[in-house]
Amino acid sequence: MGRLFPYGGKAYVIGVTGPPGVGKSTLVDGLIGRLRDRGGSVAVLAVDPTSPFTGGALLGDRVRMSAHAADRGVFVRSFATRGYLGGLCRAVGDALRVVDAAGFDYIIVETVGTGQAEVDVMRYAPTVVVVLVPGLGDDVQMIKAGLLEVAHVLVVNKADREGAQRMIAQLRALLELSPPSGWTPPIVATVATRGTGVDELVEKIDLHREYMMREGRWEASRRRLLIWELEELVRRQAASAVLREAREGPLWERVCRELFSRRLAPHQAARKLWEDFLARTVRGDGGEGVPD
Amino acid sequence: MIPDDGYGGMGVSTIRVLIAKPGLDGHDRGAKVVARALRDAGMEVIYTGLHQTPEQIAEAAIQEDVAVVGLSILSGAHNTLVPKVIQLVKAKGGEDVLFLVGGIIPEEDVDFLKSCGVAEVFGPGTPTEHIVEYIRQRVGQRPQPGRGSPGGGP
Repeated sequence: MGRLFPYGGKAYVIGVTGPPGVGKSTLVDGLIGRLRDRGGSVAVLAVDPTSPFTGGALLGDRVRMSAHAADRGVFVRSFATRGYLGGLCRAVGDALRVVDAAGFDYIIVETVGTGQAEVDVMRYAPTVVVVLVPGLGDDVQMIKAGLLEVAHVLVVNKADREGAQRMIAQLRALLELSPPSGWTPPIVATVATRGTGVDELVEKIDLHREYMMREGRWEASRRRLLIWELEELVRRQAASAVLREAREGPLWERVCRELFSRRLAPHQAARKLWEDFLARTVRGDGGEGVPD
Repeated sequence: MIPDDGYGGMGVSTIRVLIAKPGLDGHDRGAKVVARALRDAGMEVIYTGLHQTPEQIAEAAIQEDVAVVGLSILSGAHNTLVPKVIQLVKAKGGEDVLFLVGGIIPEEDVDFLKSCGVAEVFGPGTPTEHIVEYIRQRVGQRPQPGRGSPGGGP
């Protein structure tokens, strides 16, 4: 991964998210077609859920994208969440880096069907498309807390269904309530199975991309992602180092006993182990767990 | 329970299987039953959908880095389609892929398919546990090539 890293940072990442069954994969298929038409190569990373009971997964996103299966300018890789929450999976960051280094112009990250808090995709994609369908109706209230906030472009798919216009009006009303910023998410009505509205969707994605390119916004979002990844890795390394030390240390058993007998709450116990770790490794003054 | 790989996710040894429907027949009930059974056995199953060309299937097998390709054919065109898929997958670098065939395959064609590189043919009425067991035995212990760490580390 270290050798690949210098070659990356050029692809533009588009996130596609939304509740299950709204037509994300079919829309992505449409997007691939339009992006290919203008000569760009496209990699798709599509995430589907892993069963929490068996660990297995049925990854069906390819079914909607098979028109491009033999096109060398298109790469589709399916991922299972493997127990990871947030709408993506752990491998997606590395996978992004690989296809980025491979020189794809666009990378589309399709999340699992999401409801409220599975908004990890915003970390990776400077442009996030949130797909909804009519009939979510009253649920718009529920969605606004998470999904709507990450949207740069909103899609009302299956717009030939009853209630589409009402849904669009509701969304528009909700967006008017959000705090003013430099970008107001446009709402695009699509019928993905027929390709209706996909041109307009690409247009809006382009508009947002241009917006991101101005005043260093894209660069800022890429830096935020790198910092976040760095922090995650440091956090993980630090946590496992501290835990390893603590388990091997003389304090562990005592702290556990006090925990079991409820003399020490878990966060007090954690604090104690941390202090001991600092004392023994950082300050080097021996710590309280070492017998004198 | 999902086996822990130390990162709160599953291990790298999850078996990935491509279930594909080459050719023109539109009956995918069998393919879906098998896909479901493999999923329930803890495998990651990528389903291609109907009417796939051998080129599409081979490309999908490589892009998805699967250990097993299961081809379901009820059209009678297996003697043409199956060797083509196998040849394309191998040409694209999938030398270690295990090929399985299901569907309506006359007894007298089984030997020919095996000579082309098919590991096993599962006809109608095969208990799904047989297929699961067979895949586990053939793929389970073998290290899967080209599989990176899911942990996000370098």
